[in-house]
Amino acid sequence: MSGHDHGEDGLSRRKVLECMTWAGTGVLWTITGGVPRSLGIIDSAQAATTAVPGMTFLQISDSHVGFDKPANPNALGTLEEAINKINAMPAKPSFMIHTGDITHLSKAAEFDNADRIISQSKLDVHYVPGEHDFLDENVKFYRERYGRGTKGAGWYSFDAGGVHFIGLVNVVDLKASGLGNLGAEQLAWLEDDLRGKSKSTPIVLFAHIPLWTVYPEWGWGTEDGGRALEYVKGFGSVTVLNGHIHQVMQKVEGNVTFHTARSTAFPQPAPGAAPSPGPMKVEDAKLRSMLGVASINFKQNEQRLAIIDTPIQG
Amino acid sequence: MKTLNRRDFGVDLGLALAAAILLPATTARADDMEVHIDNFVFQPAELRIKVGTTVTWTNRDDIPHTVVSAGKFRSKTLDTDDKFSFTFTNAGDYKYFCSLHPHMTGIIKVE
Repeated sequence: MSGHDHGEDGLSRRKVLECMTWAGTGVLWTITGGVPRSLGIIDSAQAATTAVPGMTFLQISDSHVGFDKPANPNALGTLEEAINKINAMPAKPSFMIHTGDITHLSKAAEFDNADRIISQSKLDVHYVPGEHDFLDENVKFYRERYGRGTKGAGWYSFDAGGVHFIGLVNVVDLKASGLGNLGAEQLAWLEDDLRGKSKSTPIVLFAHIPLWTVYPEWGWGTEDGGRALEYVKGFGSVTVLNGHIHQVMQKVEGNVTFHTARSTAFPQPAPGAAPSPGPMKVEDAKLRSMLGVASINFKQNEQRLAIIDTPIQG
Repeated sequence: MKTLNRRDFGVDLGLALAAAILLPATTARADDMEVHIDNFVFQPAELRIKVGTTVTWTNRDDIPHTVVSAGKFRSKTLDTDDKFSFTFTNAGDYKYFCSLHPHMTGIIKVE
């Protein structure tokens, strides 16, 4: 896992992904020299990150606190298991990003419970909302908790470890028959945010719905995601981290690595593999191998960040 | 159509009560119609009704959905088994969608 070549990475990355999928908890992202690399399972991720120093941050997604249907009657419990797994990592990550759907129905108690569990990681957490986080009548619970200092519906950027992180919101003002949506105001902000940045600055874009078109038939994509990608085109290292589809999927296109993380709540079917993208009921023994987190490691002078998807169990 | 409604009358009565509670200003009628949400699909996706008909949507998925027709009607978030009713008092085509999963679309044609 620590060995990394950016040229012929198709096969080896695929193998890594398979191994991650097989294993199943979170994605551990390592940023090495500008490109995040996924490290696979949490345990092998740990091995890799301890072997190669650099900044490591975590991605957690789709905790759906409040979900209690047959696909996972205790989504809060599996979130706690994921957090416990993170706490057991020998090397403490620098911070965590949460790519949305913190709650299932945007109830105050769901937000409270999510925060109570996630805060046990004692990590700074940078959130972006999912569509399930904006369901309360006045659409205020998410903003009150996580919207401070953000623009519009909650977008913002920050710098860490030499990497420029941009959290985007693509779950509001969705149009009939359409996909995720960033909107003109956010795109203008993004263009402005990137203006003047050195092209050698590694960029991490994170948002709930995939910014690339995964499967439009199920709405898995972002209508104007291509516009956002235009703005980061000239940068040497771009990593796009998303959630929403509750499964690991990765694609590399030029300098851009796209990656989606598992949910900590319930799996969803592979594109087209079921009549709908609804929660997938699997055998109890298999569930935790399909939930997880990601760890991302960044090292100077390496183009790709290393991403490791780690299952809660498996 | 009428035969179907008579057969479903028992069910309709329950819905009528629900509609009466949700929409106290309207009188629920036995020929009111239903749309089910199953597997991220509105069924039927196209419905033809007469003016005055109340349509009730029921979410039978494990995931919340909404029923939104721009400028016409907008449900709250419907969790599993939640219902939303709307009475169509004007003729016309009412396109609607789920604002959470916008690939889900439907139309009510009111004559």
